[in-house]
Amino acid sequence: MSDLRTPLSIARSWGSGHNGTRHWMAQRLTALALIPLGLAAVILFFWVMHLGYAQAVAVMHEPWVLLFVVLLVGVMYWHGFLGLQMIIEDYVPNHGRVFIVITLARFAAVALALLGVISAALVAFRSF
Amino acid sequence: MSTNSMPTSPHMSVYRWQITMTLSILHRLSGVVLLSAALGLVYWLVALAMGPAAFAQAHWFFSLWIGQALLCLWSLAFFYHLLNGIRHLTWDAGYGFTKRVYRSSGWLVVVSAVALTGAAWIIGWVLAAGGAA
Repeated sequence: MSDLRTPLSIARSWGSGHNGTRHWMAQRLTALALIPLGLAAVILFFWVMHLGYAQAVAVMHEPWVLLFVVLLVGVMYWHGFLGLQMIIEDYVPNHGRVFIVITLARFAAVALALLGVISAALVAFRSF
Repeated sequence: MSTNSMPTSPHMSVYRWQITMTLSILHRLSGVVLLSAALGLVYWLVALAMGPAAFAQAHWFFSLWIGQALLCLWSLAFFYHLLNGIRHLTWDAGYGFTKRVYRSSGWLVVVSAVALTGAAWIIGWVLAAGGAA
């Protein structure tokens, strides 16, 4: 049935996905946010790298450290999911499977980000 | 939707190699590597929340050669993805779209990523040694 149509015409008939602009913009904005957040994460890493358990807990008790970790984990997993979504759309050939794999990736990203944020908050609000 | 009706492109093998194609795939590759770094960060946070034993185990893992190799890989992927990401953002803003500029900015990103990774580790170790003393 589609024998007489060019590949371009077939691609065009699929039409717009309707939310490409939002994805594009979210990817750029999270990328911008991750420039300072990522650089701060590297500095924090070298600071915390040699600390023992008690000292690491003390660092997490600083309110700005908790705020930073929440921002970092949230924006990092958001940006990571958006990138992974593009890779899945490009390399998973079957449309039905694309939807399933992206949905699984979305659940995983939200669950892991929540796990990180809740762990950090538990440490920050626990008194020793 | 049947898969074999999809238009196929690009045909990479017919192109002469240029720096831009390698950096493009490296951007995705470093992004995937950084996803594993994000897993590592959450693992460390969970270990910290679980208590001294789990925290000690996490530190033991990152002291092994595999842990150390991961940290080195993550830092290199971070600086590459950061710098090449800035390169992408300048393209989005409409700059750097001439052959000469996107080739030289590509090489600049590669050299700077390696240099920044080395510098970060050297400065990090020096500061840690200074703080410990």
